[in-house]
Amino acid sequence: MTANPSVFLLMVNGQIESANFPEFDDLYCKYCFVYGHDWAPTSGLEEGISQITSKSRDTQQNFVWNFPIDISFKSTNPFGWPQIVVSVYGPDVFGNDVVRGYGAVHIPFTPGRHKRTIPMFVPESSSVLQKFTSWFMGRRPEFTDPKVVAQGEGREVTRVRSQGFITLSFNVVTKDMKNLGYDTTTADLQNPSVSTVTDASYRT
Amino acid sequence: MASTTNLREKIKSKRKALQESLTRTRDDIDTQALVNSEMGTNKESQQTAVKEIADNEEEQVENLKRTLKAQRQRRKKPLLEDATDMPTEELVEDLSTVVRGKRTLPPISLSSPRTSYAEFSMRERMREKLKAARSKAESVLQQETSSESLRRLKNLRDAETVTRFDTELDDDEFRRSRDNVSPLSSRVKFRDIVNRLKQKPQTQTGFPTAEEAYNFFTFNFDPEPPEEKPKKKRRSRQDQEEGEEEEAQEEEEEEEEEETAVSGEQEGEAEKDEDAPLVKDQDEDLFIIDQTAQDFLEYKAAECEDYNSRLLKEKEVLFTPSILTVPASHKVPENKQPRFLEDEGLYVGERPEVSLTNQNILENRLLRQEEGKRWFGDDGRIMALPDPIKESSTRPPVFSLEEDVDPALETVYRKAVKSKYTNRYIVGAGDPQGDFQLDIDVSGLIFIHHPLFSREHVLAAKLAQMYDQYLTRQQKNLTSLLTDKLHALRNAIRNITEQHDGQILNPVMQHRIAEYKCEIRHTRKLRDAEQEKDRTLLKGIVKIWKEIKALRDFQRFTNTPLKLCLRREAVDRRADERLFESEIQAEIHELSEEFEEEYQKQLSEYKAKYAEWKAWKKKQKAKRKKKKKQRAEEEDEDGQEKESDEELGEEPPKPDPPGELDVAALEQQVREKANLSRRKPGESNLIAELTSAGNVTPNELCPRGEIMRREDTLKRSIYTKVLYNNKEVSRTASRTLNSDFRVHFGQIFNLKIVNWPESVKLQVFEMVGSSTTMLAEVYVPLPDTTVLTGNAPSEELEFSSNQRVMFDHEGVGSDVPFSFEADGSNKLILLTSGKLSCSVSWAVGENGAPLVPPMSQQTGGIQSAIKQLDAIACIGTSGVSDMKKLAKWAAESRLDPNDPSNAALMQLLTIATSGEVQIPDFFRLEQLQEEFNFASEEELQRSKRFRLLELRSQEVAEFRNYKRVPALDREISEKVFQEYEKRLREREIIDTSDHLDAHRALVAKYLQKVRESVINRFLIAKHHYLLSDLVVEEEVPSIGVLGISLFKLAEPKRPLKPRRKERKKVTAQNLSDGDIKLLINVIRAYDIPIRKPNTSKPSVASRSARSFTEAFAAGQPSQSPTQSSDWPLNQVLIRPFVEVTFQRTVRQTTTADGPNPNWNEELELPFRAPNGDYSTASLQSVKEEVFINVFDEVVYDVIEDDRERGSGIHTRVERHWLGAVRIPFTTIYFQSRIDGTFKINTPPVLLGYSKERSLAGEGGYDAVRCLSEGSYITLFITIEPQLVPGETVREKFDTQEDEKLLQAADKFQKEAALKFPGRQCLTTVIDISGKTVFITRYVKSLNPPQELLDASPNNSQEASELVARFVSLIPSLPDSVSFAGICDLWSTCDQFLDLLAGDEEEHAVLLCNYFLAMGKKAWLIIGNAIPEGPTAYILTYEQSQYVIWNPSSGQFYSQYDTFCPLQSVGCLVNADNVWFNIQQYDTPMRMSFDISKAKFWKPFFSRSFSHPGLSSIQPEELVYCRTDKAAAAELQDRIEKILKEKIMEWRPRHPTRWNRYCTSTLRQFLPKLELNQGKDVGDDHRMELQSLLGDYRISGFPIHMPFSEIRPVIEAVYSTGVHNIEVSNVEFALAVHVQPYPNNVLSVWVYVASLIRNR
Repeated sequence: MTANPSVFLLMVNGQIESANFPEFDDLYCKYCFVYGHDWAPTSGLEEGISQITSKSRDTQQNFVWNFPIDISFKSTNPFGWPQIVVSVYGPDVFGNDVVRGYGAVHIPFTPGRHKRTIPMFVPESSSVLQKFTSWFMGRRPEFTDPKVVAQGEGREVTRVRSQGFITLSFNVVTKDMKNLGYDTTTADLQNPSVSTVTDASYRT
Repeated sequence: MASTTNLREKIKSKRKALQESLTRTRDDIDTQALVNSEMGTNKESQQTAVKEIADNEEEQVENLKRTLKAQRQRRKKPLLEDATDMPTEELVEDLSTVVRGKRTLPPISLSSPRTSYAEFSMRERMREKLKAARSKAESVLQQETSSESLRRLKNLRDAETVTRFDTELDDDEFRRSRDNVSPLSSRVKFRDIVNRLKQKPQTQTGFPTAEEAYNFFTFNFDPEPPEEKPKKKRRSRQDQEEGEEEEAQEEEEEEEEEETAVSGEQEGEAEKDEDAPLVKDQDEDLFIIDQTAQDFLEYKAAECEDYNSRLLKEKEVLFTPSILTVPASHKVPENKQPRFLEDEGLYVGERPEVSLTNQNILENRLLRQEEGKRWFGDDGRIMALPDPIKESSTRPPVFSLEEDVDPALETVYRKAVKSKYTNRYIVGAGDPQGDFQLDIDVSGLIFIHHPLFSREHVLAAKLAQMYDQYLTRQQKNLTSLLTDKLHALRNAIRNITEQHDGQILNPVMQHRIAEYKCEIRHTRKLRDAEQEKDRTLLKGIVKIWKEIKALRDFQRFTNTPLKLCLRREAVDRRADERLFESEIQAEIHELSEEFEEEYQKQLSEYKAKYAEWKAWKKKQKAKRKKKKKQRAEEEDEDGQEKESDEELGEEPPKPDPPGELDVAALEQQVREKANLSRRKPGESNLIAELTSAGNVTPNELCPRGEIMRREDTLKRSIYTKVLYNNKEVSRTASRTLNSDFRVHFGQIFNLKIVNWPESVKLQVFEMVGSSTTMLAEVYVPLPDTTVLTGNAPSEELEFSSNQRVMFDHEGVGSDVPFSFEADGSNKLILLTSGKLSCSVSWAVGENGAPLVPPMSQQTGGIQSAIKQLDAIACIGTSGVSDMKKLAKWAAESRLDPNDPSNAALMQLLTIATSGEVQIPDFFRLEQLQEEFNFASEEELQRSKRFRLLELRSQEVAEFRNYKRVPALDREISEKVFQEYEKRLREREIIDTSDHLDAHRALVAKYLQKVRESVINRFLIAKHHYLLSDLVVEEEVPSIGVLGISLFKLAEPKRPLKPRRKERKKVTAQNLSDGDIKLLINVIRAYDIPIRKPNTSKPSVASRSARSFTEAFAAGQPSQSPTQSSDWPLNQVLIRPFVEVTFQRTVRQTTTADGPNPNWNEELELPFRAPNGDYSTASLQSVKEEVFINVFDEVVYDVIEDDRERGSGIHTRVERHWLGAVRIPFTTIYFQSRIDGTFKINTPPVLLGYSKERSLAGEGGYDAVRCLSEGSYITLFITIEPQLVPGETVREKFDTQEDEKLLQAADKFQKEAALKFPGRQCLTTVIDISGKTVFITRYVKSLNPPQELLDASPNNSQEASELVARFVSLIPSLPDSVSFAGICDLWSTCDQFLDLLAGDEEEHAVLLCNYFLAMGKKAWLIIGNAIPEGPTAYILTYEQSQYVIWNPSSGQFYSQYDTFCPLQSVGCLVNADNVWFNIQQYDTPMRMSFDISKAKFWKPFFSRSFSHPGLSSIQPEELVYCRTDKAAAAELQDRIEKILKEKIMEWRPRHPTRWNRYCTSTLRQFLPKLELNQGKDVGDDHRMELQSLLGDYRISGFPIHMPFSEIRPVIEAVYSTGVHNIEVSNVEFALAVHVQPYPNNVLSVWVYVASLIRNR
């Protein structure tokens, strides 16, 4: 038993760049992280709420937040690798704040720059009548906890509807992963940052 | 195109020619032009619609002038030069245009005659001139224009680089010419537009309106400007158009149009063809103008394409695929037929479902593409993968844990039934060559009778039947066969006789002849019978046919096509006669011979008999004679004879001599017979022929009844099911019933069989519309093993059904009597019947081998049959590993390589056979598993880290939320597992050290086990999610809710009496330490004990013989304030404060004064969940309690020296514990808030304090308060933020209750919840084994321990109090703690007494049962109380009033007691029934407990649903073990020791001295307290203490509690804070007393006191 148990570190910074939600306007988003028992955040913010953004006037009608994320984790076990859960909210026609989308994605494993576009969805009302009343009352169905979307258990009872997309970019740095025997970089990687950037751009 | 130079020249010449005539015509023309141009500008400025033009003319002209003036000024300079030319140009242009118009367009005939004379004459003149000019210039012009335009075009296009000056020499002239020409054409154009627009009105009128005309002639125009401005304008336009030649062309055409309108008179002039080039050329020539920026502007009407042309254009671009089916020939390569793999027997998967329309669209689209055909498969359909959708859902069914599963959806358990035939497999079926096949050929069926038969049909069927018979007889031709045989026999006899002619026949021969003769006789008889049959059959046929004919005549229509023909076969009459005669003769001869023979035989017989008779007669005579002699004459002969008869009974009858042969009679007989059965000689041979050539009368000629019958017939169809071993294997297609009631199936079913055939059955079904009825079942005999498909005869199996069918039409029905006769006699009843022709045979294999199972092994083993289907079973597991064998098997069993179920195997085999890949020498189902085995099993087992992870994922309690499993094995300490392993080890071993008591240790173990099993169940149930667990969704608001929310709007914003509002609830998931706070609002307290002056005398109140009535008597406190005389002396009664302890956090209020203090303070205590796990389950299992202690703050003067009093204040603050309220955290958690007045648990004796009350002057309020003794505190407790309490498990438990009862219970509860949502209604509960049990089963009278009853035999009151106390001494352990958040478990009384732990329900049930045994009327109350929340109390009826008992504390209350902790009553339960409270109020004080009143109490079992006699689940009798007194004493010592150690431990900085004397005194005192059940007996004791310890100031108290474990005792002592006194000379006294009760129930008393020596 050593005094300092061996851990590896995962440092993530990046931003919630933009989103594409047709039909909606004036959205803001929240993010939080879901991670396993073996993980602990060491620094940075685990949760955050962005500013409200209106959609751009151009044809793309993107929502740009550029909301920074900066967090470091330490862990002993890649099991339960952190996921970022993003939920987007905005006013409906009556001005009630309703949820516009939930989405989650794992923090990229490989160090480097990554861009991720994740689809967003919301739970559906369980009946047409409820759909109407929820629309009318401005209380749309929501997940009891946004973190639900990062787990598989219990999802079989829900039905969801697709709403839009959100784009995140990550800069990932890991430390001591290799020491513990976890090799996440590709073998022929000479210049990691370049290749991942191109990778990412292809991917998105 | 003419050249530009030509044009220029032409223009010049034209100008000259026309200049002379200008003077005359000028004015006219000018004005004309002007008018036109005006209109043009008018249009150009787009001011008005065409019709208005005439009206606004003047104004427009003015406008125009103004605008154009400006323009002109701009261009003045270039124009100045041309100013002189202008008029001429105008003229020329005008003329030319006029001419051109005439040329192209037909004149408008209407307008021409109306033209004014002036116009006409003017035009005439112009025409003449023009003619002259044209003839001159004609040829030249053409060239000029074309060249000019070309050049200019070029110039314009590259205006920068090339200028016209490059080519043009005479600049001046060029400019002139250009300027001259351009206005012309431009004006023309301009006018074009105008005229086009004007066309309509003009053509309508034919000439200008009156006003126009007037203007035309009278208006004095300013000649210059109007002429210039259009010119300029036009020029600018022209410039642009010039670039676009096409447009120019267009406009020329427009020009032409325009002319027709302007001039109405162009008829009759045909010579203008030559003009066309001229004008065109001119036009283009005129384009050359100087350019200004504006010149490039063009005004044009918006282009609009009409719909049809757009469609046409779109057609080129767009493609709309047709929805019509593409013919297959388009989709397959040419010269190829579509090939259907499926028909060839190959496996093709099910195609996904696509609607035909969409498929067609897609096909059409694909075919448009190049290479589109490669999308189509060989069968001409779009290639498709097999349908990926599984037939059955793979998603597990959603577990509905709700009670209300739709009964229709509930699964019904059916016991598995083993088929009789399942094990009757045929041995060898698995052999590759041994697949056995049974062919069942169902060819068709014929109805002999069918309900829909008409009468004619009945007859026809009969006829057909007879005809069939006839035919078969014909075929067999028995008659002729027998006749031949007869002949042959006769010949044989003749031969024999001839051979041995005259000779004596040897016996052999004779015998043979006799045999032959016998044979002949027999044969003849047979033949005769057959002949007769034939004849009657024929007669019958004819008769029926006649009947049919009669019927057809009668009903005037024909139903059956049957037609009988009788063919006569001519016979040679003479030969026939001869044959007949010879036959008869032969027969006669034979008969006579026979007769002769017979005669001879008879004769000989006769002779013999006769001889016998004679002999007898003789003997008789002799006898008679003898008798005669003996007897005399008295007897007459008769008597003698009689006598003799009697004597010789055996007298043979006198034989008759055999009759002589009467040949004539014989012949007669023979002939008669022959006549009857044989065709008469010469009669033609009749051959019946039944044909169906007749015509059936068409429907329209039939009467209505018949039509209905026929229609009904058409509605029916017949099909047959084939059942093999009583299982339906296939069925034929359904065929409609024809009018001839014959159904042809012609289907052969090939059954590949595995089971031995037991039965083959065909079921005939008739379908009418959608309903199907089974007509009959026909068992088909199983074929012999020799019956093979090729040679199997078709069998006709008759069937019939006794179904009764009646019709109201012509159909005769079935099983219904009907008659052919008119009078209805001679009734017939026919049943539906028919013949099914089919054959069953064994199939023949490809190689001709019959596919018949061997007969010998009918009941063979099971394995071989499976072999066919399963590789492992077929070749054995060892075979599976052998690739070759496997391949061989696959080849032999002819696996379909395309079947997906074989895919894995086929893949393996292809690899194996291709030989490219190294064949592994084993075969595994999960081929890749090995690759993923990173470590061996043992290594994994050894790895601590892996073990840790595994345990965590199994949610083992110790590791459930283990954080940060170390990354490396060596970083995991062994300690981690120690506790877990210890627990595992200890599961069996009982450790007594913790529990001080063997029994309790045992119980604890047991409890632990139950808990674990329940928790495991719970953990499983926890993973079943409902939608509400995941998604927050608003309920659909009901009307009521809407109404309330509307009502809320009208509510005052700031009500005068504010109420606590519901706060938002928080799910305890994303919480962390410090987020949750416990808020305790200490409001006030009543009746705190007051300090007692040391000098006071004891007041001895007798509490003994107190009855319930007395106890509840208002205003009569048992303790009269005897010390009221001392009252004024006590300056400070008490200074109480409240201290709240929770999780070792202590908060306290300020100090208040007096026995009724009012604090109204809010205390905030942080809450930490165990292990930082804020999940619901974890919160539910928090065992900590909130201690609310009331202390008295006592200030002592510690100044030892009075002399120092002046200089300083030296006091010591002491606090004396007065009482406590304990509230478990779970109660707060579940109820989310606790609001009420609680009784403070005060010790029975508080040294130095007394409960004094003053009645005087405090009136009613006090009177109410004094109803009950004790101190009270009002509290409000809640958690911030409010947590959502965990819900009970939605698991449906198994049950042994009747389903009906459960449903009724469910309904009862639902109705109750609907009406009174807040009231508890309990009908079913869960017992300790997790089964649902009806609640009344718990209630049963059970005997309390006899000792308790013996203690006070005379006083039932005391006895019941004692019993209640006994029950309350059993420790209370809330279920919610033991079974975290699961549910209430109700244990039976014996279980409860064994466990010695339980919550309110168990206490209540036990107490209730005891009371019942004691003969009381007792009920369980299910309701709400503080602080427990939902709980169970006991209601008894004593001395005409209701008493409420708290089973956990043993206290009792009157129904009208204000301080009764029971707040609401939901329902009452006893052994017979459950009553639900349907009164308006549910507080005990305001309600009636009379359960007989139906409007107050709704019973569960009522008249409609009577009590089914539920037996109790309680034991017959409770057996109590006597308590071991020695053990109790030992426990007492141990507790004392432990507590002393603890107190010393809690005082680490001070020495703790024990006052032994005091301790022993206290110890003596404790049993007395126990004896008095903790009721105040203190005064004498206090006196005693005072006397003993006079010089000590003593404060202390006894604590009483039921014993469960040592830990709660320590907690309780700690919470009093006795140890906190930090005076140096303090001494302590501690005494423990354990009082044993039956069955190991222990009552623990702890007396703690602190002593301070008084100075």
